[in-house]
Amino acid sequence: MDAIVLQFLDGLAKGGNYALIALGLTLIFGTLGVVNFAHGALFMLGAFCAVTVQKLLTLSERVKDESITFFDAYKEIPYLETWFGDTGHMLIDYSVPISLLAAIPVMLLIGLAMERGLIRFFYHRSHAEQILVTFGLAIVLQELVKAQFGANPIPTPAPEVVAGSLDIGVWFNVEGSIVYPYWRLIYLAFSTVVISAVFAFLQFTTFGMVVRAGMQDRETVGLLGINVQRRFTIVFGIAVIVAGLAGVMYTPIQSPDYHMGMDFLVLSFVVVVVGGMGSLPGAVLAGFLLGVLQSFASMNEVKSIIPGIDQVIIYLVAVIVLQVRPRGLLGRKGVMEG
Amino acid sequence: MTVFNKGVSRRSLMKGGVALTAGLAAPHFFTKGAYAYLNEPKGGSVTLGFNVPQSGAYADEGADELRAYQLAVKHINGEGDGGMLNTFTSKALKGNGILGKKVEYVTGDTQTKSDAARASAKRMIEKDGVVMVTGGSSSGVAIAVQSLCQEAGIIFMAGLTHSNDTTGKDRRANGFRHFFNAYQSGAALAPVLEANYGKDRKAYHLTADYTWGWTQEESIANATEALGWQTVNKVRTPLGAGDFSQYITPVLNSGADVLILNHYGKDMVNSLTQAVQFGLRDKQVNGKDFVIVVPLYSRLMAQGAGENVKGIFGSTNWHWSLSDEGSQAFVKSFGAEYGFPPSQAAHTCYVQTLLYADAAERAGTFAPCDLGKALEGFEFDGMGNGPTLYRADDHQCFKKVLVVKGKENPSSQFDLLEVVQEVPREQVTYDANIPQFAGSLGSCNNGA
Repeated sequence: MDAIVLQFLDGLAKGGNYALIALGLTLIFGTLGVVNFAHGALFMLGAFCAVTVQKLLTLSERVKDESITFFDAYKEIPYLETWFGDTGHMLIDYSVPISLLAAIPVMLLIGLAMERGLIRFFYHRSHAEQILVTFGLAIVLQELVKAQFGANPIPTPAPEVVAGSLDIGVWFNVEGSIVYPYWRLIYLAFSTVVISAVFAFLQFTTFGMVVRAGMQDRETVGLLGINVQRRFTIVFGIAVIVAGLAGVMYTPIQSPDYHMGMDFLVLSFVVVVVGGMGSLPGAVLAGFLLGVLQSFASMNEVKSIIPGIDQVIIYLVAVIVLQVRPRGLLGRKGVMEG
Repeated sequence: MTVFNKGVSRRSLMKGGVALTAGLAAPHFFTKGAYAYLNEPKGGSVTLGFNVPQSGAYADEGADELRAYQLAVKHINGEGDGGMLNTFTSKALKGNGILGKKVEYVTGDTQTKSDAARASAKRMIEKDGVVMVTGGSSSGVAIAVQSLCQEAGIIFMAGLTHSNDTTGKDRRANGFRHFFNAYQSGAALAPVLEANYGKDRKAYHLTADYTWGWTQEESIANATEALGWQTVNKVRTPLGAGDFSQYITPVLNSGADVLILNHYGKDMVNSLTQAVQFGLRDKQVNGKDFVIVVPLYSRLMAQGAGENVKGIFGSTNWHWSLSDEGSQAFVKSFGAEYGFPPSQAAHTCYVQTLLYADAAERAGTFAPCDLGKALEGFEFDGMGNGPTLYRADDHQCFKKVLVVKGKENPSSQFDLLEVVQEVPREQVTYDANIPQFAGSLGSCNNGA
């Protein structure tokens, strides 16, 4: 029972991440009709916002390392620690939360530059062309990051105060059996808040109402004298910010490297397709569903019955859903249907 | 009778045929000495092929390997301070290239993919005319390229490859490995694990699902079970999984008190970091502290795992902090050139290049079969691992293996691992045909 609870919790945390990435992806498809294969790269850029902030906070003076006698080696002592002592150390320790603040304007700028500089020229082109150009962009972005930061993962730890794990089992008198890292719980809460905020924004604001109307019938909204395009551009920016923030928050879970976006790209597309192309609730539902299923499929008891199921479960579910309901779980009729 | 019939009798036709055959065969006979083996260098230079990952997950390790190769070429050509040539017990190399020919090199990008690595090696052999291919960072890639070199008739000097199969079931007559292997990791680590954690332990393996992971899992499980440890479970994880949480959560309630991570590179960084985040190291199971073991360590990778490596045992082929003359000469030379110490991948690549050059010099030829004979059974020292044997039976080097531990209080950014024990060669030597290694070298191939 403990194992099932733990696996369910892990599935929810995984699902939160999948939903967060897929949300931005489906938002872009739903508004602009663009299949954005660079979305994983935007997630990666968010993670590297955290790396950059950490590097800025740990800018250091080079002091000769006397422990190495074979050649001239240097130790690096961060200026912040030299100047502000413990306060400086604390600032460095909180580099990931600080990065969240930095990532918002940076990702917004990247999003706007991407939309104005590239994506808008492909609104009326085929999906195949959109995929080619955005996939090419993703490769360019990841190679730029590799050239700057190298290929190895860069440790970007969570603040020390939340570095450990919470013994949830204590609440149920099974001490030590249900232990889960603080940061993953924070990530789950964060993804829930962001997803709710995006939904609230689209549901309860005039801006959101226009966007939703534009998603339903772009031409009619345009005939009312509303500049739908500008709003959609802003939505693109919001989707990029969501991907970036997800990337920042994910860094303590997985040390960022230039390729991490590609690792999530296929997965997030499967989530979007299962949820229904362009459906926001569908993306969230599918994200959590696939996260939980993947987690349960990784249990040794399950794998002993169906070996290797953990590695194919997501794709198996996608095949079944598409067979039974080709438009996805909550997809709108006519979207991406032949 | 016609003139034709009169002039060409059966006897004269046969004579003519023999003469023609002899005539056709003659050029090959006379030129066989001139082209005795593939890519025989004719000018004043000889070309080596450095096939390393320049893109992909192991690009940083590949870059370090390339630095080492370039340094080795400099030293062989008589430039720089000579590095390990000053400490190498064989004095065949004189700093004037190999057999009087200046060493040049071409590089290729394996991308850590077998097909890309083979295509790159093929290009080097066919287009660039290399006499030797070297490189690595993945056993799957090394085995694929070794097999290609065997077919082509070129020597392959393996770089970083740790799978037993490289010199086990997939061994080849044209392939040679200086780096240690998974079996040797197990043999070196087991006594240290026993001394620190006792004989009554329950181990849970998480294993990268490819040749290296499988052989390491088998080797470590065999070594720890021989101590009396139980293996609770062996779980295969997809290569490059990123998030290992769904594989770590079952460990918590498995009854295991040791987690063995048969992961390397990015997988090791992520699985170790996440295992620590799940509180495994703070856990008490069966009345004992829960411990994590990383059987194959790399300093470059340890940097990625940051603080999480502290106190965790593993093994390496070599470490820059070793105080023997050979290691110090190499570290000094490499440090002066690049400003930081070399990795174990750089060390093995540097040593392999010198060993190849030395063997060619001693054999007096670049012909793979003669050169291979010079390497087989070759005993040497002064290369950082103490007295070393290149065993003829399987082309595996036998030397000291290092057991290391993540350092609690590193004094510099390079000072991440401390050497716990230099395990003597005898302890990590095994019979070439034990079941895990059963294979055949086959015949050596000169490619001509």
